[in-house]
Amino acid sequence: MMKVINIDKQKWAGGVESLSKSYRLFGPMKEDDSHNFKELKKGELPDLAYGNTKLSPKSTVFPPSEAMFTYTLDESKPDHHILQDVKKDYSPRAVLGMRPCDAKAVSLVRMNFDTPEYRDPYWMDAYEATTFVGLACDAPCSTCFCTSTGCGPFNEEGLDVLLVDNGNAYIAKALTEKGEKLLAAAGFADKGDDAAVATKKAAAEAKITAKIETDKLSEKVIMDLYDAPFWADIAFSCINCCTCTYACPTCWCFDIQDENKGNEGVRMRNWDSCMTPLFTMHGSGHNPRDKKPQRVRQRFMHKLKYFVDKYQKGIMCVGCGRCVQQCPVNIDIRTVSKTMNDYVAKC
Amino acid sequence: MDAYITKIKAISERLLKDGTVEAVIGFREGTMPMMSEPCFIKSSDDVKDLVWNANCRINLANYLTNRKEKIAIVAKGCDSRNIVNHIIENKIKRDQLFIIGVPCKGMNDKNTGALQDNCGTCTHRNPVIYDELVGDLVVEQTGVDKYADVKKVEAMSTDEKWAFFEDMYSTCTRCYACRNACPLCYCPTCFVDESKPQWVGKATDPIDVRTYHFLRAYHCAGRCTDCGSCEAACPQNIKVRQLTKKLEKDCAELFGWEAGLTLDKRPPLDTFNVDDPNDFIK
Repeated sequence: MMKVINIDKQKWAGGVESLSKSYRLFGPMKEDDSHNFKELKKGELPDLAYGNTKLSPKSTVFPPSEAMFTYTLDESKPDHHILQDVKKDYSPRAVLGMRPCDAKAVSLVRMNFDTPEYRDPYWMDAYEATTFVGLACDAPCSTCFCTSTGCGPFNEEGLDVLLVDNGNAYIAKALTEKGEKLLAAAGFADKGDDAAVATKKAAAEAKITAKIETDKLSEKVIMDLYDAPFWADIAFSCINCCTCTYACPTCWCFDIQDENKGNEGVRMRNWDSCMTPLFTMHGSGHNPRDKKPQRVRQRFMHKLKYFVDKYQKGIMCVGCGRCVQQCPVNIDIRTVSKTMNDYVAKC
Repeated sequence: MDAYITKIKAISERLLKDGTVEAVIGFREGTMPMMSEPCFIKSSDDVKDLVWNANCRINLANYLTNRKEKIAIVAKGCDSRNIVNHIIENKIKRDQLFIIGVPCKGMNDKNTGALQDNCGTCTHRNPVIYDELVGDLVVEQTGVDKYADVKKVEAMSTDEKWAFFEDMYSTCTRCYACRNACPLCYCPTCFVDESKPQWVGKATDPIDVRTYHFLRAYHCAGRCTDCGSCEAACPQNIKVRQLTKKLEKDCAELFGWEAGLTLDKRPPLDTFNVDDPNDFIK
């Protein structure tokens, strides 16, 4: 049975302080005009008065840049040309106050990094070390459309604890054992009840009016959508920057780079983006996606069609709205999905 | 604005119908408040989608690079100056273009709705090159201090400058929206994307991030029209014009040069003059 704990807000700071003794803590922090997830320094509290962060908290398990190996090319050394693991800190960590959409995104991304054939050690080690504490969304943004993505402002998927703001207290739902452990470590033990949650949830959901339309897309064979006539029009304004993919909580692509200085080197993995021509550039010089419409199509087809067909778990989008808010030229996945969906309906 | 769009639509429809051009590059309504989306209209039936408002801030010259069709393009002052650059740099031919000139009163900042920084100090609101205007020329601003923010940085000590730029670029994700929104950045392979040799690391190391910004700015020296597309595009709201404006100022002071005003002169950095103010080149 799921545990419900009442956290008096007066006790929140003390709880976070207790947690910091056994967890590395990450939380939203205000910087200039927006919030982003940062590792909290001693004594810092996450700033939970935020709509959504500019970048998603995916960076807490999937950093923009991370060193995988070091190596030396100095042949006088016995271990030259042998990759050495970089020691990482996978001690327990917790992400405090992430939005339910971003938590669902983590579970979608896991499908890529944790398969029967492959286990990505960096992503999975970080993921397994992390306890995800969500904060239900009472005031969704105008760009939020999570309710039409199989998610929602109070969605629990991917979370270990869900916090619901209840005035002077948080209602904390421990959703997993990991979550219970974290609440205990924080010293949060007052028995609560979640009677107020259903009304709050319904109220929050009612505030979300934007939606994404994808219901017809699974009916259509891939090539019909692939060859649809609208891609050039959708792609025209795109400048092929990485704004949408870097802001997206479900984009997981990365690039591997060796960085040498003299004879010493580090093998890095960095976020990559299907929006750039370099992403698909082959060693031969051939580029199967050398044109902009092909790249724009790839992004939307991956999220709304390929992923759906491959996993049968819905779309690879949680409706956080970041790409809509931040696109420099206002390409809007809601419009694109409607164009795709309407096209299928007409055929 | 209403008069402008009526005229833009009428001209576009005429040009598409009589076959003068194959397409019109303009703006259509965005889905977000304070956003308009660049668009490519090929049929006179779609001319109705065109809009003109204070959110048409993205520089449309960026969409002309290496195009082969005959194109009409809606151009405010800065767009027209970048069209001049494009023609000079052989990225488009003058006779391919029908320039629909828009006398501009400034664009709004995408976040605040107030006048964009660069528009506040713009002295070329009227298109410098056009085939037809959509309204009367506007009065150009005079007596503006274009470089107040640059001078502030110039007056800093080395340590202060270092701290200033360290802070300024600390949120950069290297999404390259600034580069990709810039009409000047059309290199087939940007130096940051080169791998043989690799000039710059690709991780988020602050030195690499700053190297990218500094070098990109230098590549824009004598070419930048301060159109503000880079800042308008930046999702992190980084003031990337700090660097390009410094170089714009240098070009004005050293060479008496403003980019994109005439087709008849080569830009200072691709020409040689025996009176060059720098000794090292003589």
